Amino acid sequence: MSHSAMPTSTRPTDDTPALEIRGLGKQFPLGGLFSRESVRALHGVDLSLGRGEIVALVGESGSGKSTLARCVARLERPTTGEILLDGVDVLKRDRFQASRAFRAQVQMVFQDPFGSLNPAHRIEHFLRRSLTIHGKTGGSEKETQRRLEELITTVGLQPDMLNSYPHELSGGQRQRVAIARALAVEPEVILADEPTSMLDVSVRIGVLNLMRKLRDDKGISMLYITHDLASARYLADRIAVMFAGEIVEQGESLDLLANPAHPYTQLLVSAVPDPARAGSYDPVRRAELRQAVMASTSCAFEGDPNQACSSEESVRHQVGDPENRHWVRCHLYRPWAGAGGHALAGEPALPADDSEMKVSA
Amino acid sequence: MTVSQTSLGSHEPVLEVKDLTVKYIGDTRSTTAVDRVSFSIGAGEIFGLAGESGCGKSTIANSIMRLLKDPAKIAGGSIRFGGKDVLAMSTEELRRFRWQDVAMVFQSAMNSLNPVLTIGEQITDIYSTHAGYSRKESLHRAGQLLELVRINPSRLKSYPHQLSGGMRQRAVIAMAVALKPSLLILDEPTTALDVVVQQEIMAQIKELQRELGFSVLFITHDMSLMVELSHRMGVMYGGRIVETAKASEIHTNPQHPYTQALMGAFPPLTGPRVPLTGLAEGVKFRNILDLTEVFPGHFVAPSGDSPEITPAVLEGAAQ
Repeated sequence: MSHSAMPTSTRPTDDTPALEIRGLGKQFPLGGLFSRESVRALHGVDLSLGRGEIVALVGESGSGKSTLARCVARLERPTTGEILLDGVDVLKRDRFQASRAFRAQVQMVFQDPFGSLNPAHRIEHFLRRSLTIHGKTGGSEKETQRRLEELITTVGLQPDMLNSYPHELSGGQRQRVAIARALAVEPEVILADEPTSMLDVSVRIGVLNLMRKLRDDKGISMLYITHDLASARYLADRIAVMFAGEIVEQGESLDLLANPAHPYTQLLVSAVPDPARAGSYDPVRRAELRQAVMASTSCAFEGDPNQACSSEESVRHQVGDPENRHWVRCHLYRPWAGAGGHALAGEPALPADDSEMKVSA
Repeated sequence: MTVSQTSLGSHEPVLEVKDLTVKYIGDTRSTTAVDRVSFSIGAGEIFGLAGESGCGKSTIANSIMRLLKDPAKIAGGSIRFGGKDVLAMSTEELRRFRWQDVAMVFQSAMNSLNPVLTIGEQITDIYSTHAGYSRKESLHRAGQLLELVRINPSRLKSYPHQLSGGMRQRAVIAMAVALKPSLLILDEPTTALDVVVQQEIMAQIKELQRELGFSVLFITHDMSLMVELSHRMGVMYGGRIVETAKASEIHTNPQHPYTQALMGAFPPLTGPRVPLTGLAEGVKFRNILDLTEVFPGHFVAPSGDSPEITPAVLEGAAQ
């Protein structure tokens, strides 16, 4: 805590994580009905979310972070793995679709506040509906009204906005309504998928601050999905870095970004625009990192007595002080052959053989 | 960077915008999207315009290109490019002015490529239309152009969907510099791209700029990116410029409360975690006054008189 003026993490009181994901995998079939091809969107993802903890899941688009959130929210059925909520495997409990009890525990906030609120209804409708469906109206109309007002003030809006329509609100205000709607069911876990990326820059921080406040006041655990490393560092206690459907590195936010161990994380960190290090872009270093992501020839942790490095198994190495819970997947482990995100595709063209260079004139 | 900085101010400005006012005229009321905006861009200079959606920065870019359509109307002011009055150009003059003198890369321009034509056909089209080269000559130059942005010339035969987003964006940038314009307008050139690709595109633009020496008008809402790339920048709010100075100076010493809020909206990647406030919901600046010079080359719109925009109000509202 010495490093910051604000409270970072309220330590979980209970040892069981609020949400635990074990070995989650998801494959999307490709081609026609009889095709056996598939795309591997997630593979062996382990992630836990302590009580009152904010974990950020970062990675470029296409790395599988939204698929993970959709699997946890039960909008997508994972191919393999377990999702434990308070220690109970929800995939076994509600086999076919999410139960209402599950929805009361896990809520989602989506990226687009313009698309997630029906323009035909007043703000009050969205919140009242959540309360009614989950039986939190409190019995009397007076009590319902009080709860509605409490919800709207919790997210920093005025009670008279209950009578507004979505189009009368700014993007930031709409996202606050979406958060209030999630709060109405008093969830334990909120999954926030890029909640600020469609908002004006100057109000983004306000929404992040609101999320932190909800964690501090109500102890809600959050999975914050973003591609913005700086905001992940600002909000989250821990960061998990995702590449090609797998988590390659995880650790306490400040430590992970100060000492990124995996070449992919280093690639991401080096790409964040930062006026403090303008002109530090180095194409050669960048090409090396790319190369290392796909096929590293040496492991920085070689000789680690606890774990043998392997290119077949995804061995995890501990980075630095165990207190930072910082681990990295062994660089030698080769990503799935079909992997290769946008970050790797940016490679400048290599000089091709002449036959190909000739343009038919 | 050093090349362009030495030429800073030593030449006639390439572009001079003076008191530009653009209105969107409606049946019952009209809105002023750009309000008495003035700035100039020197030869080889990268000038950034920062601000949020709706502040009028894209309207300015479209005014310079004379692309405004009804109901938008230029209600006042002047735009001069290399001594010529852009607002007085005839259709024929405009045709030559666009792309040859000033080229523009639009937001998500990578989606503006024609999906049924190959990249090669689209680039050669520029040369045959504007420069009148033969087909063979055009193809040869198109190949060189792709090489300039580090795309293999064999890609001339590819269709847009066969290229990644970053490659398409680079192809569009190559097309923009095809006729060696003296001003390149970049309107949020990297918003739709991932960070790693974004940085490479920006590095590419900087490299091209050093090589070809054009000036750049760079429009974005990402302050970190802008400070990194631009020499000088202006911050816009509600159609007005509230602050303009050297980019590094705005970064280290922002004066206007709105600029301070914008700078504060980007958490740093290093150092301790400190609480930031950004701009509170509902804070509005009204009646923004003309810029005054507070330090040499650093202009700020005075904000002290208006009670609704004092820093105290900003902080209070942020709670």
